This record gives sequence, C-alpha cells and structure tokens, in this order.
Amino acid sequence: MVKFENVTKKFGETTTLDSVSFEIEKGEFVFVIGCSGAGKSTLVKLILREYLPTEGTVTVDGIDLLDLRRKEIPDYRKKIGFVFQDFKLLTDMTVFENVAIALRILGEKQEDIDERVETILDLVGLKDRKDFFPSQLSGGELQRTCLARAVVTDPDIVIADEPTGNLDIGIARQIVDIFKKINETGKIVIMATHNFEIVNEVEKRVIELENGKLVSDKKKGKYHIS
Amino acid sequence: MKQHFRTAWKHIRRSPYQSLAAILIMFLTFLIATIFTLVAGGSQIVLRYFESRPQVTAFFKDEATAGQIDTLKAKLIQTGKVEETKFISKEEALQIYREQNKDEPLLLEMVTANILPASLEVSIKNIIDIDQVAGVLKNDTTVEEVVFQEDVVEALYRWTGSIRKIGIGLISVLSLVSFLIILVIIGMKITIRKSEIEILQLIGASNAYIRAPFVLEGIIYGLSGAVLAWGLSYILLLYATPFIIKFLVDIPVLPVPYYFILIVLGIEMLAGFIIGSLGSFIAVRRYLK
Repeated sequence: MVKFENVTKKFGETTTLDSVSFEIEKGEFVFVIGCSGAGKSTLVKLILREYLPTEGTVTVDGIDLLDLRRKEIPDYRKKIGFVFQDFKLLTDMTVFENVAIALRILGEKQEDIDERVETILDLVGLKDRKDFFPSQLSGGELQRTCLARAVVTDPDIVIADEPTGNLDIGIARQIVDIFKKINETGKIVIMATHNFEIVNEVEKRVIELENGKLVSDKKKGKYHIS
Repeated sequence: MKQHFRTAWKHIRRSPYQSLAAILIMFLTFLIATIFTLVAGGSQIVLRYFESRPQVTAFFKDEATAGQIDTLKAKLIQTGKVEETKFISKEEALQIYREQNKDEPLLLEMVTANILPASLEVSIKNIIDIDQVAGVLKNDTTVEEVVFQEDVVEALYRWTGSIRKIGIGLISVLSLVSFLIILVIIGMKITIRKSEIEILQLIGASNAYIRAPFVLEGIIYGLSGAVLAWGLSYILLLYATPFIIKFLVDIPVLPVPYYFILIVLGIEMLAGFIIGSLGSFIAVRRYLK
C-alpha cells in the first residue's frame, strides 16, 4: 500500500534520503527510527506529498505521487491522518472544533460530525476536555487532540512524526496505546520516532535510517541500540 | 457555508481596525458615488427643464399682421430645427401680466393690452441651433426684439458634463483604491493566519475551502460599505430636501423616485460585491500559488 522504490531526496547538495526502498502492507504498524537528521521527517513528508522525490518513486494505494496534480493533493491527503510532533492545532478553536474541522473539510453533515467527534474524543480520553482551547491543555492532551483529528476521518493510513517527542514516557505510552488500537482496526500506522524505549515495548516492524540510508528493516522484534 | 461565514466573522472580529479601514474606504467610495449619481441625475432634470421651456421669444412690432406671423412660423418649421412654436397675442400677454402682478393693483391699472407686444415662443430641438433660429427671427421685419437664454442652457450643459466627468473620474480612482486596500488588508490577514492555512492544507483542505472565508470577508466589507454609504446619502437627501425645493422653486427635481433610489442601492451592492470578492479572491490566490 505504501511503496518506496529507490527514493532519493536532495536539498541542493545535501542528500537527506539515499536510495531508500521498502513496502508497507495494509494493517501494518511500522516504526521509522533513527537519530536526528537521519531522514525520518523527510520520509514522512514524502508520503504526505509535501516533498517530491528527487529520484525514485513513492506509491501510496496505487497512486504514484509524482503523477499527482496540484489540485488532487487535498483529496489525496484526506486519505491520510497525520500526527505532528508540534501538534499543529488551531489555537482559536476548542478541542471539539479542532477535531471537527477535519470532517468539515470533507463536507460532512453537522449531526454526523457531532457524533463522530464525540466517539473519537471518548476513544482518546478527551471527552471532558472538548470545550478547552489548546492553551488550556497539557502536552499529552494536545497530542491526543492531534491524534483524534488524524483518525476522525477514518483514514487508511495514519502517519505520526515524533508524536511522543515532547512527552514524558508515561504519556508517550498512552499515546502509543491509542496508535495500537487504531492499528487493530486494520489501518496502516507509520510512526517516525527516536524513542527506542517505546519501540522495544511495542515490538512491531522497525525501519532504521542512518544518514538518509535504510540500514535495517526488521519485520518484528526488539530493536537493540548499538 | 455557515461555517465559512462564522470563520469570516471571526477574522473580522479578531482584527477590528483593519476591518474598519476596509469598510471605511468602501463607504467613502460609495458615498461619493451616490452623491455624484444624485447630483448628476438632478442636474439632468434641471437641464431637461430648461430645454423643455421655450428658449427663444420674439416680440412683434404693433403693425405685424397675422399673415406675416404665420409666414414666419412656417419659415421656422422649414428649418427643421424647431420643436414647436406658440403665439402669444396682446390679450394673452395681458392675462399673463395680470397673473404675474395680481398683488400689485397699481401696476395692473396702468397697463392695457395695447401697450404689450404680441410674441412668439420657440422651442428648439437641439440647443446648439439656438443662434441660427434666433438669427431667422432677428432678420424678420415684423420682429421688434428677440430674447433667448443661450447662456443659461450652455452653462448648464457645461456643468452637467463636468459633474459627470469628475464623478466618473473620482469614482474610478476610489474604486481602484478600495480594490487595492481590500487586496492589502486581506493579504495581511492571510499572513497573520499563515500557519493556520498551512495546517488546513496538511489535513486536506482544498484551496476553495481555504479561500471561502477570506472571499466572504471581502464581500462583507464591500456590501457593508455600499449599504452604509447609501443609507447616509439617503438621510442627507431627506435632510436637504426642503433647502433644495426652496432653491430650485419650480424645477421638479424632488422627490427622487423610489425606484431610482433602489436602483442606486442595487448597483452599489453589486459593485461592492464585485470589488470585495475580486480583491480578496486575488489576495488569496496569490498566496495559495
């Protein structure tokens, strides 16, 4: 469903991804790990079609992202739920409105929006915080709001770029537990992280990047810090 | 759509001074447009009033016969430049004199029909031909004196032309300024909400979805400016009505028909809609590109 074929991404003379190839099937949970500057965020942004590969092809659900026209990008992105390290919530909207906006973009009816947002806020444990503004929430709550917004549209793929980066380990575990629940519904979850502790606890497929190169792709098991 | 309206309203509330500036410039543009429209319309009525009145009057010598007067009338009609002629006999002239001086018994006693001349009032099709028609009358041997209001009508022509030209020029410049100000203000608002737009793009919002509240905001500015300016102009017109009537006496400029007032409102709202929507649309389009 997500396929990288010899993907290279360069910014000027700097290569951030170097001939990376892998394939992710439906229902997989994949960690993309590596130190800062390894190319994790670039990989994630290539899937989101924020960047285009310099060489190679990125295919998502049979669509070659190079063939995607500018006006087709919004529709493509609606299939993907994205969780950001810095949350990217709209500060003048409540938790409820921040989650609901993803459905409004899809043109859903207000009754459906109310019902689905309530359900998803219940799933991420934020039902009692629905009228709070982002400035009134803790880091964990912000991340759960971002997660709720990513999955409320029922996307095929959920991508997270360092979702636990700003959180303590306890809260990070709660977030990863929600990702696991989402993955159990058959969705692809791709999580870019450098939190090896979490990676070892969850024991899912691990793609490791180092200086833009794919150095290992372990189907399952613990990741051992070398 | 309701959601977009809510967002547009929120944008307006969040930056009230920018919004006020946009509405004020639109208001000023439409205020001047309405005033010039009313003045231009009014001056057109004044001009038509003067045009419809006999522009040349020829007073006959006492010895002029009915036959000679008929010949002169025929000669005038033959020129093809005369709309109509009206003969005023000595007796009719006395009637008019009596009517005009009914409150002055002394003046009435001293005047009889014999001392008042018979006259011919001539209405001209096109005011440009006034000299030629007056010339025909002056050259006729039966005519004692020719009186015509060349200066008044010509001056009015010049004035209405100037008012129209100044109005069109001023409205065009102000419309352009309004358009540019909407463009700049919406552009500033987009810059302030840059990160919000980026987030919306990342979660799959189409350009149309992002654009809608900004375009609605521009439309709100345009319509508010148009309606407020129209309202104030109408109030000013009602306030000035007694003074205008007193000044123009017999000229039927007022009341301005309701349909005319409503047409002005309709046109201004349409113009406000176009300026507001186009300005904001271009501002967002430039950013989204």
